[in-house]
Amino acid sequence: MALNPSDKIVKEVQVLIEEGLHMRPAMQLVECANKYDSSVSLSNGKTEVDGKSIMQVTMLAATKGTMLTLSASGSDAHQQVEALALIIEDKVK
Amino acid sequence: MEILKGIGVSHGVAICSAVVLDAEEVRIPQRHVVPSKTEVEIQRLRKAFLDATQEVSNLRVSQSDQWDSRIKDIFAVHLHFLRDKTLRKKIDDLLAEKCYTAEYAVSFVMREIAQHFSNEKDAYISERANDIIDIEKRLLRHLLGEKRKDLKNLRDPVVVVGYDLSPTQTASFDKRYIKGFAIDAGGRTSHTAIVAKTLGIPAVVALGNISTLVTSGDTVIVDGTRGRVVINPDEETIAEYRAFAADILQASIELDVLKDMPAETLDGEIIELMANIEFPKEALTTLEKGGDGIGLYRTEFLYLDAPKEPEEETQYKVYVETLKNMGDKPVTFRTVDLGGDKFPRNIKMIREKNPYLGLRSIRYCLQHMDMFKTQIRALLRASVHGKTKIMFPLITNLMELRQAKWVVADVKEDLEEQGIPFDDNVEIGIMIETPAAALTADSLADEVDFFSIGTNDLIQYTLAVDRVNEKVASLYSPLHPAVLQLLRKIVKVAKRSRIDLSLCGEMASEPEFTPLLLGLGFDTLSLAAPMIPEIKQIIRSVSMEYCRDVARRALKFDTDTQTISYLREELRKIQKREI
Repeated sequence: MALNPSDKIVKEVQVLIEEGLHMRPAMQLVECANKYDSSVSLSNGKTEVDGKSIMQVTMLAATKGTMLTLSASGSDAHQQVEALALIIEDKVK
Repeated sequence: MEILKGIGVSHGVAICSAVVLDAEEVRIPQRHVVPSKTEVEIQRLRKAFLDATQEVSNLRVSQSDQWDSRIKDIFAVHLHFLRDKTLRKKIDDLLAEKCYTAEYAVSFVMREIAQHFSNEKDAYISERANDIIDIEKRLLRHLLGEKRKDLKNLRDPVVVVGYDLSPTQTASFDKRYIKGFAIDAGGRTSHTAIVAKTLGIPAVVALGNISTLVTSGDTVIVDGTRGRVVINPDEETIAEYRAFAADILQASIELDVLKDMPAETLDGEIIELMANIEFPKEALTTLEKGGDGIGLYRTEFLYLDAPKEPEEETQYKVYVETLKNMGDKPVTFRTVDLGGDKFPRNIKMIREKNPYLGLRSIRYCLQHMDMFKTQIRALLRASVHGKTKIMFPLITNLMELRQAKWVVADVKEDLEEQGIPFDDNVEIGIMIETPAAALTADSLADEVDFFSIGTNDLIQYTLAVDRVNEKVASLYSPLHPAVLQLLRKIVKVAKRSRIDLSLCGEMASEPEFTPLLLGLGFDTLSLAAPMIPEIKQIIRSVSMEYCRDVARRALKFDTDTQTISYLREELRKIQKREI
């Protein structure tokens, strides 16, 4: 089933990276987010930031255990969210 | 209109439009541009981001794999930040909204982000503030670097306003258009003071926060004679200062008649007045002002702004040019005196905690033999073109002197083998600029042809006062009894050992010190060329008998305040022809 470009994909993930979503993991995340056409945001419940901006992602300062909400919209939103979730849950080797 | 008071370190008056020079090491002050100029600032910002991105990419590539991959990661993170569109937009928007300069907008946004990180409890994240500061510095370096380039290509006269000026900065100025300096920091012998005197332009230092009060383009009056700066003066003040400037000019024209007359005291003692220079062209100013030679050529200025360490041939040409300009008059080349407050832009030197007590000057040279030998070789080759003297700075013990002399002997041997001509009788001397050298002058004198006293450093090291720190400027005192006693001791040693002696610190260019120095027994002074006529006039108005009396009295005071008021009073009498 093809997704409608206006559809929004939302997923809750917990940060499982030992040192939190700091520089290096943040960089991986942003690099990954930019591979997709869809726009994506991360929210910790208080602040919502652009998942394609390293400045914003690092300023979120999400430490291990933080719950984040990923929301993406666009043609490849689903793949994007899944890929980002893997990074946040430290499942990429 | 606003009037600020500082320390006048070089006489004269300049009324000019200002260029403000910020420094990446100090906090960038909040500065605005007119709304029509914001587009220019945004373009500067764009270029700085592009250049910084390019620079980091190159750095990342050049980090070979032997390095910890984490270093590469850090550069990768920096690159992401530099390419981050939302970051750029944040800075652009702030700049456009508030009409800030590009420098301030960058600094403001980056510090805000850094602050955000510092506030985080998590150590991993709070440490990221350093990365942000790093990126900020890199961007500022590019923005300010461009501005410095502008000072290389000036078309109109300007007064330079800044926190402080480093030798590396001033080395790249187009000096024809620089008409004055007004500086936040610094003391009487700071680099700004030395450069201003050499150029013969007014300078006021220790002004506190002038760099935050002036915006580029403001009209500024620099009154180096009275140590004052007027920001955006009214018509009346400008007229008043124009008249004052004309008087100063008239006085200097009157002094020019002294050019071809000797610096001879009333009772017939001839004093040699030499010039301190930094660039070969200044040899011409020296001749114009009636100098008897070059007493101090600060060769490190060849290194400060050079794209890389200057090669033997480059140095050789510069030295020959200077010697030829001076004809049969002597030129004393001081070997490279880097470190302290002189760091080259493109030659790596490790930053130390106490640079004035660290690996500087002759110490640096003796640990960088290739560089030192290259310079000695260039100097010896040049020596056949004029009267060349070689002088080693910052000698603190006999072994350093011997090591340096071995290098000279070594290079001479090489040149001989290769059949390259040089003057085998080149005189070798040292700067006496540490208490250690002054107190052991006896044994040092046996192994050199001459001494030259560098009072700027000698005072700094004797009194334990950083000579460029305005907060302790009042403690920096050339007339401290300890300094005077060291000077007297060095004169005695030089006379007894029958070696030449000169004094090349800023003391030599202060008219109130002239009778004292003559009375102490100095017969050669080396100073900024534009000051030569004024000092010559003093010398021609006094007798040696009078000077010796002045020195005797000056040495008896317990405090420098007594000595300075005594010397000022005597100078007043000399100028009014009351002695």
